[in-house]
Amino acid sequence: MAVLELANVSKHFGAIQAVNDVSLSLQAGEVVGLMGDNGAGKSTLVKMIAGNYRPSHGTMRMNGAELVMHRPIEARQHGIEIVYQDLALCDNLTAAANVFLGRELRRGLGPMRILDYKSMYRRAGEIFKELKSETRPRDLVKQMSGGQRQAVAIARTMLSEAKIVLMDEPTAAISVRQVAEVLNLIRHLRDRGIAVVLISHRMPDVFDVADRVIVMRRGRKVADKAIAASSPEEVTGLITGAIEQV
Amino acid sequence: MAITLDRAIGQRQQSWVTSVLSSQTFWVLIAVILACLFLSVATDTFATPKNLYNITRNFTFVAIIALGMTLVIITGGIDLSVGSVLCLCSMVLAVVMHAGYSIEVGIAASVGTALVIGGFNGVMIAYLGFPPFVITLGMLSIARSLAMVASNNTVVFQFGPDHDTLLAIGGGAWFFGIANPVLYMIVLALLTGFVLRWTKFGRYVFAIGGNEHAATLTGVPVRRIKVTVYMISALSAGVAGIIQTGWLGAVTTNIGAGMELQVIAAAVIGGANLAGGVGTASGALIGAALIEVIRNSLGLLGINAFWQGTFIGGATVLAVLFDRIRSFRQSE
Repeated sequence: MAVLELANVSKHFGAIQAVNDVSLSLQAGEVVGLMGDNGAGKSTLVKMIAGNYRPSHGTMRMNGAELVMHRPIEARQHGIEIVYQDLALCDNLTAAANVFLGRELRRGLGPMRILDYKSMYRRAGEIFKELKSETRPRDLVKQMSGGQRQAVAIARTMLSEAKIVLMDEPTAAISVRQVAEVLNLIRHLRDRGIAVVLISHRMPDVFDVADRVIVMRRGRKVADKAIAASSPEEVTGLITGAIEQV
Repeated sequence: MAITLDRAIGQRQQSWVTSVLSSQTFWVLIAVILACLFLSVATDTFATPKNLYNITRNFTFVAIIALGMTLVIITGGIDLSVGSVLCLCSMVLAVVMHAGYSIEVGIAASVGTALVIGGFNGVMIAYLGFPPFVITLGMLSIARSLAMVASNNTVVFQFGPDHDTLLAIGGGAWFFGIANPVLYMIVLALLTGFVLRWTKFGRYVFAIGGNEHAATLTGVPVRRIKVTVYMISALSAGVAGIIQTGWLGAVTTNIGAGMELQVIAAAVIGGANLAGGVGTASGALIGAALIEVIRNSLGLLGINAFWQGTFIGGATVLAVLFDRIRSFRQSE
């Protein structure tokens, strides 16, 4: 069964049809590249999955059960984690503090519960180790490289048993070496059986790491096929409209 | 590979000693201690019990409010209304007690006033998106005017049946001859320090100052925390007002005038960053102490009191200058 299924989902803002009748499904342990030009509707689509917007029409199902969310925080409760384009990190806090932001571990009883620094440092360290990232839990994020910052943002998604991870342009603003690091992190998530949606403008990254590519144009899904059966030229054609639909 | 990765992850970035040496608060503390040592040698009047008692008591009011202000500054905000809120809360206490109510009622009314004002500031800032500077500037004017209305701009110096209790609370020295306001300050500082370091609330205060948008996205109740922070700031002004009323034994409508600037200076000298995300409870106390030591020493050294502002302003600029130099070095 698909982890997530969208059936005929549309979203309009007033007269603007941002997403038009899109159906798709995500399988566990699959990386899906979501591509499209600016304004093609990919970020609106992802924001519906992330709980920021509610679809105007159509339904979303997660493991067969209907998924209705009112606030972004509910997505997390359903096992949907988001890595934002700007990573949503607090520079003045440590890596561990950022990983646990919003779901700090505490110890003690009742109202006198205090932050459990030791457990948070330990758990964050374990996650960084699993990600094979040289990131120290006690370091301030301010002093970290782009790749380490990505690792911190991705480590967040591994705190709970995430089923779907949505990544918004994770390789847009980092160096070549760090891109390789991030793509490894994505493979890592996939190997844990997580469905990863990778929004990207970078053709090489998508063809490197994704199993499937979905192309959006003017709010519609114009392609949904295995990476092996496609080519960068075809995807470029689909994005620009040179190729109508496949 | 596994071993080196383990070691890399387990390593601490900086030792305890280097992190102390790189904190602005530490160097300001050194400055305070050096100034005290110098004054003890240079004058016979500084290191007398009476003068020390005066100094410790004088800086507590600024320090207590600076604790609340530090929380606001860490979230990236500012509260300009504290001086006027102190005045209004003192006046509410005075008027209620003068009317014959007990001290409990007076304090409850005063604390309630502080919480309402802080809540109003916070809601306007967090929910309606007002710039903190604007709304608290408005409140600076409103609160002082309300204090004048409440008292008809008179001096209140009779506090009804519990007159003596109030004076004892503010003016007494119940514990080893330490002035009561100092005790309250120490307790409140410990409490603030604890909250900042060990509670979720404290963590969120820093997170909001570091990246408010990120805090929102990760599920931090940003608006609620902001409202709470402005309530705490107003409350600290109210508490300082209550204690100061007991200490002075009289309330006029001009107490606390211009105090907000001293309080902000104390927080900033102590290491709080007006851009948000940085600040400590101990810094607030040490900053307030430095200001008071400067003020006291100018008097003892026979320097014209008109120079006070120059020295305090200079200290503020100097303290932040060290921080700037350090961050320039780091960026190079």
